[in-house]
Amino acid sequence: MKIFSLIIAVAVGCVLLYATGDFPSWGDPASPASTHVSPHYLEKALEETSVPNIVTAVLADYRGYDTMFETTVIFAAGAACVILLRLFGIRPKERYYRHLLTGVTIHVIGDRKIPEDSGTFERIDNLWVPHDMIIRSICRFLIPFLQLFALYVIAHGHHSPGGGFQGGVILGASVILMAISMNLRTSLERIREKTVALLAALGILIYSGTGALCILLGGNYLDYSALARILLVSPVEARSLGILAVEIGVGVAVMATMIAIYQNLASSGRLDEGL
Amino acid sequence: MIWQLDLIILTLVILCAIAVISVRDLLGCAILFGAYSFLLCLLWAVMGAVDVAFTEASVGAGVSAVFFVAAVFRTTRRTKD
Repeated sequence: MKIFSLIIAVAVGCVLLYATGDFPSWGDPASPASTHVSPHYLEKALEETSVPNIVTAVLADYRGYDTMFETTVIFAAGAACVILLRLFGIRPKERYYRHLLTGVTIHVIGDRKIPEDSGTFERIDNLWVPHDMIIRSICRFLIPFLQLFALYVIAHGHHSPGGGFQGGVILGASVILMAISMNLRTSLERIREKTVALLAALGILIYSGTGALCILLGGNYLDYSALARILLVSPVEARSLGILAVEIGVGVAVMATMIAIYQNLASSGRLDEGL
Repeated sequence: MIWQLDLIILTLVILCAIAVISVRDLLGCAILFGAYSFLLCLLWAVMGAVDVAFTEASVGAGVSAVFFVAAVFRTTRRTKD
């Protein structure tokens, strides 16, 4: 059976390799992909949207519908993860606490707790890894800069590579880094499960709401030049600002989805203890 | 596009891909898959698709590797086949 599947894989690979011979060569101006609408985007994007990064202009303006539904797909993936993995109402059977001054570990069996805000005990995970001061300090130093860089990537997507997707992923990764370096509960105290769910929905709402606002102002759906009436700028500038608005929406939705997937995956749905 | 650089990266991509499906340690697989994504990111960057490279680096090499590690942490580290 293994040999059979290997033969099939090799045969399909050979067919694909043969087919790549008919591809237009790299950067060919006569290839089908660069003859229809691409020249229009390349020549007119700057004067129509005042966005120097043409990829961003195409992604968020000319092909706004695609990006909106891509964001919705990511949201749906996060929702599917939560529905599949999340377990409600399961109490841990045992807990471990560490006395902060002496480092003595206490094992509590049954559904009993030591008040965690007492300042003398710290809750630790069952699969406990001794906390490492180097990792904690480095991550504590690193996370603010990561988040600042993520905001830069979102806001500067007009001029340089980047945008909502990348910035949102980096923003989510900074929270995941906090969960890895401290523990999952610390990150859950900072950004709660409900907040994450609300943020994911809010991101989609910002995107589709910007589109709906364009209809209300007399344009087509996602035709940002209609926003010029309330933003008091020229229609070209309004398209640039509309792109920024939807990029922020994408960033918020992607960030929240990444955090939700990680929280459920790392704690197998209990959102209690995890990596 | 420099063809020597292209050839080296492509060879490493194929090596990584073969290693990912043949290594039995799933944590190693996750790391190798991150390396594979990063090499693909280099390939996009060489071809001038910087936005795609950025997405590949952040999503493919960054977050998806972390998801794999989290899944391995909650399941098992050894494959059955």
